[in-house]
Amino acid sequence: MGAEELNVLFQERIDANDKIEPRDNMPEEYRKHLIRQMSQHAHSEVIGMQPEGNWITRAPSLRAKKILLAKVQDEAGHGLYLYSATETLGITRDELIEKLHQGKAKYASIFNYPALTWADMGAIGWLVDGAAITNQVSLQKTSYGPYARAMVKICKEESFHQRQGYEIIASMAAGTDEQKEMAQDALNRFWWPSLMMFGPHDSDSPRSGNAMKWKIKRESNDVLRKRFIDKTVSQVELIGLTVPDKDLKWNEKEQSYDFGAIDWDEFWAVIKGGGPCNIKRLKHHKKAHTDGEWVRKAAAAYAQKQAKN
Amino acid sequence: MSEVKDTQGQLWEVFIQTKKGLPFKHFGSVHAYDKEMAIQNARDLYTRRGEGRGMWVVPADAIVAIDSSDDESFFDPSNDKVYRHPTFYELPDGLKNM
Ligand SMILES: [Fe+2]
Ligand SMILES: [Fe+2]
Repeated sequence: MGAEELNVLFQERIDANDKIEPRDNMPEEYRKHLIRQMSQHAHSEVIGMQPEGNWITRAPSLRAKKILLAKVQDEAGHGLYLYSATETLGITRDELIEKLHQGKAKYASIFNYPALTWADMGAIGWLVDGAAITNQVSLQKTSYGPYARAMVKICKEESFHQRQGYEIIASMAAGTDEQKEMAQDALNRFWWPSLMMFGPHDSDSPRSGNAMKWKIKRESNDVLRKRFIDKTVSQVELIGLTVPDKDLKWNEKEQSYDFGAIDWDEFWAVIKGGGPCNIKRLKHHKKAHTDGEWVRKAAAAYAQKQAKN
Repeated sequence: MSEVKDTQGQLWEVFIQTKKGLPFKHFGSVHAYDKEMAIQNARDLYTRRGEGRGMWVVPADAIVAIDSSDDESFFDPSNDKVYRHPTFYELPDGLKNM
């Protein structure tokens, strides 16, 4: 069978909602697209541990500390699920991490913003995990089997993440004036970057054509972003905070919110490395990886020795 | 230890039984250097919420796999052997409890 014919057969399977499995024939571009998207997703889970990990030692109570620790541990797990799912495409975890360290692979820009106060732990769980969930729920139906299965597992774990975040922000919003101000400030700083997590507008999203055709992506950036906004606005109002968007307005006809313009210059600047924490996040990851080298080597040496006995 | 290469270890496939009596199901994979570490890592990664009653970890390269796309005839239903199905048989009317 020629490549042309194989591609036609592949598209027929996609159109019939068949899941693609690791050993199946797939166009090289499909494989490449998945490796890029899934490794970016995996790196995001792992780098995403940093802003929250920073607060584990400063959590205001033992209860809060235990919860945050469990949440961050879940994110490490999500990274690992996704790395192994990506490995089924014929690339090793070593190579994936190397690409991250070389700056050739990206991770979600949102993690290049600092977590300044305890209220940020609320805003991150509520908004950042909330936006991620909206995206991940949609990806449960992605065409690549191992990716779809990883998403199902991740989504099950995510709902606790969002609820613990909302609990933090809600209790601060109900606290002293100063605490309420901190909650509002965290919302102000994380609202727009959260909306940017869905990526550029559909009209400016060059790769999404193929991704939609191959059903890697099931819904467009703008559709998902709107869904997130529609879900979240009432959650903001419920705890007496204000969405930092003066153009936000309920659209009766569309039964959905209209919202203000997103600052895409900021989005692209952060992606290109100009965010407040880009350098720090990558440096920290490299350090953790290098610091762990002796552990990996010791484990490998021990395994070798055991195998000989 | 300079001759030991820095790797992420071997790949292991994880199978979990979520309830006693149910079959073991593939859950995903882990990296580990030896058996004990593989089962420990699998526990930490896949059963943090009581998902498991039993678990197998298997070196990924020990698994022999085939898929219908490798060999289309492999899983053919052998339609010529219809007598494998209970509906094939002509039995007297009025038969009960069979
Ligand atoms: Fe996650
Ligand atoms: Fe999460």
